[in-house]
Amino acid sequence: MIRLLQIEFIKLWNNRASKVLIIAYFTLLTFISLIAAIKFDLGPLKFHFAEMGIFDFPYIWHFNTYIAAFFKLFLAVVIVSMMANEYSNKTIKQNLIDGLSKWEFIYSKFLTVLVFSAISTLFIFVVSLILGLLYSSYNELGIIFSDLEFILAYFIKLVAFFSLCLFLGILVKRSAFALGFLILWSIVEQIIFGVLGWKITSWETATTIKSLFPLESMANLIDQPFSRLSVVQNIGDQLETDLKFDYAVHSYEILIALAWTAIFIYGSYALLKKRDL
Amino acid sequence: MQNILSVRNLTKKFGHLTAVKDLSFEIEKGNVYGILGPNGSGKSTTLGIVLNVVNKTTGEFSWFDGNTSTHNALKKVGAIIERPNFYPYMTAIQNLKLVCKIKEVSEIKIEEKLELVGLLERKNSAFRTYSLGMKQRLAIASALLNDPEILILDEPTNGLDPQGIHQIREIIKKIASQGTTILLASHLLDEVEKVCSHVVILRKGEKLYSGRVDSMNATHGFFELKTTQKEALVAYLKNHTSFAEIKEDKSLVTAFLKEEMSAEVLNRSLFEKGIFLSHLVKRKESLEEQFLSLTNNQSN
Repeated sequence: MIRLLQIEFIKLWNNRASKVLIIAYFTLLTFISLIAAIKFDLGPLKFHFAEMGIFDFPYIWHFNTYIAAFFKLFLAVVIVSMMANEYSNKTIKQNLIDGLSKWEFIYSKFLTVLVFSAISTLFIFVVSLILGLLYSSYNELGIIFSDLEFILAYFIKLVAFFSLCLFLGILVKRSAFALGFLILWSIVEQIIFGVLGWKITSWETATTIKSLFPLESMANLIDQPFSRLSVVQNIGDQLETDLKFDYAVHSYEILIALAWTAIFIYGSYALLKKRDL
Repeated sequence: MQNILSVRNLTKKFGHLTAVKDLSFEIEKGNVYGILGPNGSGKSTTLGIVLNVVNKTTGEFSWFDGNTSTHNALKKVGAIIERPNFYPYMTAIQNLKLVCKIKEVSEIKIEEKLELVGLLERKNSAFRTYSLGMKQRLAIASALLNDPEILILDEPTNGLDPQGIHQIREIIKKIASQGTTILLASHLLDEVEKVCSHVVILRKGEKLYSGRVDSMNATHGFFELKTTQKEALVAYLKNHTSFAEIKEDKSLVTAFLKEEMSAEVLNRSLFEKGIFLSHLVKRKESLEEQFLSLTNNQSN
């Protein structure tokens, strides 16, 4: 396992573009803390994010993992190209000839995905913890360490998403096209949902089916956190609309995302096994 | 003798096209093998199959008497297929370190092998800055990192300039002289003739011949003769039971042997008949002539 990770590390770290993107990604993750510094001061309208309660425990776990998940696109580029480049440089062929088995090849990529996800999760945990300790109105241990399922959900979300990237990289073999395909797929999911709800079934059934789609299942892991904010809730109350919704991380959501991860990794292996290089 | 690779009834189909047809051969330790065949005869496909990058349709192959899995066996093999494939952004050293990790061998041999192929001075340049000849030499260094049981080379001199071809051949000869088993696929006959002891000849995916180079053709060679007494010579040869066919071309007479006869014996008997030669050469057919006759015979 260590050997496989070392192999991937040599491949990635010596590639300048990958190195820059990886560093940029982790720098951006750290920059989430800068949200704390955002202050609007428009005369009567004063706005300071840190004072709106977004850094309150345990809400911060939800908010930060939701925001941080957007940056995953940087790593997606790295992961898609680390797979697709093996095809365009034909190094995949040489790797196999040199004695890497096809499973080891896929497994080394998957291990890299796990490591990236784990480091990201650790990063976001530490950054959130520090921000929370600085700004949170509550600091009892019990509250600090509640709602940690968002951290778990974040990890699974990244693993599932990066596994999809791996799969697309090996399916399409070209990084630019694979990324295009990823965007296309996100639109297709919405179109299928639209058509289902509009013509075929009720909107409720369509929403249930939609939650089984790969990208949607990853998105569902961490729902948007904004309507949980007390400020927003207050506005809702004033407008007499109910903004309460189910934001919790459910175990079936985790299961769906894990199932897709397994499908993508096995699919990548099956593709590699079937193809002549 | 230890068996390195055995291929039994291997067949590969690409849709309707049969690239390799019921192919069987054995590779034994210590010999230098050539796989010969025109372009598209299935050489690279065969190598691709035994090297785990092409899936076979039917048939079997086994490395080292079938005691290990293919990918573990490949760690004891050094192979270069067609073009050298390395990570373009990495230096020679970095690329070779990666190969060491894959093959699970130590990195101490990197400098030694770079020295062998004459790339030590450029060891820290990125692979993409190399000329084709240098890339091919790096590929050879990479294939040798594990001191392989067998070195497999597929068209190693393809696309190189004469100097590059010469360098690669020198390296191959050096390696062969150290007793490494080599399997060399090529359509360049003189290349194979110069280094190989055994050949497998393929045409359209079918095996035409496999065995020693020198017993490839059952003939006993031929004499090239010149004399001023041409009529007398031709008459003598035609009456002689040892000769199969006599060809005349201007002043040159070519006599093909049916059975073994040394040049000395022929010279003495012609002398006794009062026929004096100005030119006497005994030759075997070159691999090229044998190859062409073999591939032509089969196509009729």
